[in-house]
Amino acid sequence: MGERTLMKGNEVLGEAAVRAGCRFYFGYPITPQNELTAYMAKRMDEVGGVFLQSESELAAINMIYGASAAGARAMTSSSGPGISLMQEGISYLAGAELPCVIVNVMRGGPGLGNIAPSQGDYFQATRGGGHGDYRTIVLAPYRVQEMADLTTLAFYLADKYRTPVVVLVDAVLGQMMEPVEFKEPDLPPLPPKDWAVGYMMGRPKRLVTSLYLAPGALERHNLHLKEKYERIEREEVRWEGVCLEDAEVVLVAYGTSARVCLGAVMRGRSEGRRIGLLRPITLWPFPWKVLRKVAEKVKAILVVEMSLGQLMEDVRLAVEGRCPVRLLGRPGGGVPTVREVSEKVEEMSDEGVESL
Amino acid sequence: MKVLRAYRKPESLTDVKFRYCPGCGHGIIARLVAEVVDELGIRERTVGVAPVGCAVFVEEYFNFDMVGAAHGRVCPVATGLKRVLPDHVILGYQGDGGLAAIGLAEVVHAAARGERVTVIYVNNAVYGMTRGQMAPTTLLGQRTTTTPSGRNPRRDGFPLKVCELLAGLEGTAYMARGTVTSPRNVRTLKRYIERAIRTQMEDRGFSLVEVLSPCPSNWHMKPLEAIAWVEERMVPFYGLGEVKT
Repeated sequence: MGERTLMKGNEVLGEAAVRAGCRFYFGYPITPQNELTAYMAKRMDEVGGVFLQSESELAAINMIYGASAAGARAMTSSSGPGISLMQEGISYLAGAELPCVIVNVMRGGPGLGNIAPSQGDYFQATRGGGHGDYRTIVLAPYRVQEMADLTTLAFYLADKYRTPVVVLVDAVLGQMMEPVEFKEPDLPPLPPKDWAVGYMMGRPKRLVTSLYLAPGALERHNLHLKEKYERIEREEVRWEGVCLEDAEVVLVAYGTSARVCLGAVMRGRSEGRRIGLLRPITLWPFPWKVLRKVAEKVKAILVVEMSLGQLMEDVRLAVEGRCPVRLLGRPGGGVPTVREVSEKVEEMSDEGVESL
Repeated sequence: MKVLRAYRKPESLTDVKFRYCPGCGHGIIARLVAEVVDELGIRERTVGVAPVGCAVFVEEYFNFDMVGAAHGRVCPVATGLKRVLPDHVILGYQGDGGLAAIGLAEVVHAAARGERVTVIYVNNAVYGMTRGQMAPTTLLGQRTTTTPSGRNPRRDGFPLKVCELLAGLEGTAYMARGTVTSPRNVRTLKRYIERAIRTQMEDRGFSLVEVLSPCPSNWHMKPLEAIAWVEERMVPFYGLGEVKT
């Protein structure tokens, strides 16, 4: 396109997917991602792709499994309760090493919760969520432009590593309108999908499965997956730092919380406070190393999340006691404000970092 | 001396030896499917979907591309495959636990959509792989590990007749129920399987063949007794024949 248009976050996810070559979308309605489903229904008609409204999220993720096994770029989207239902399929996709993109526009939980923005599915996304020893790449955009860019990247990484990739946003980002430009991605070529089923044409049969019954076979498979995950952890960590050089207090946040924190950094800096922001873009692989380095220099870290200490667990694992880590968590539809964050930073400074 | 070969392994079967229990119906059914795929000349454009349970073994046995699905999720996986490969034949192979219990919603909706796939549905009235629990198809009074005093309708409900359940849906084009208890029944079953696959190739809608199949191991019977039990107990309840054409 090369030009900027004003679009809603949920629709941008869809448009970026179509531009990434996704021609198969399977999904089930759930708020707050319904604009994406509707957009895909319309767009897939236009580009000759397939949009199918499944009977459930269980069915949707398994349709993805089938489409991906046949070598297609496929996407589904949902929100917390639906993503919970998809966990079975995600585990199978990871086990069978099938690429796909799963969008979670997070709402409040647990249970039916509400339809307000939340980041309560952090554990579910970054810890796997389904059964067995596996990981999924988790990309967390914080503005509409990045929703486009990371959706493009999600399809690429999914194919590159043969793994499900989760694009994790919250209802604020899904509903927000911002200018966006769909850029032509500049990514290295991918290997052919020489594992996909269909069109045998003389070659031996292929089998896509997550079943490894022979003695030792599953252990070998798991170790192979581990090797792949370690490669992802070495090569795919993405993060952004704002005013980290001289910061005494560093905020750690992603998605909508990171937008709020950006405001708090601006305000703090204008008041002469040495405050910075570290924003993980990949929630898995998590930016462990950079955070550890930051922790060695700063007086304290404040984790800001729309959940109650889920991101903070990873921050603490990274920091390993090098500095105090505090939490500002707003669950169940609460969105932190710039004032709240600023006040919390002030409070931490007033307490004196030694006592933190 | 000229050797007449009366029996040969279908090209659609790999060299992997069947590991089914003695007297199990799966071996006959898998072979019939392979024969039909050979005879229709569609091996290189067929993709099979095998789920969980004894039905999973065909992922090694069929010599065409195979996809292993989660328990009961054959139909959505087949749907995804078919939407990407509309010129291929997509063959699901499911047992009664996967299809009639945990995957019932999935099969009903695939059928209602008229998904152009074919499902071979093996009904042996019991969960095989997990050692003989009650299935949705377990007959009234039938003893299983989870109905030790027999299936009691007040407690356990009634067995499900899947063909009849699905036949009422507009999206279904071919439904038949056969069995493997005699050479004649095997021949008839093969014809059903061929018609079901042809239904898909002719783009007419969802097709399914149910097979009443013996499970001597979990019925605690000898193979011949199990065949007799299919004839005497299952056939009178479920009935044989084409339910919808």
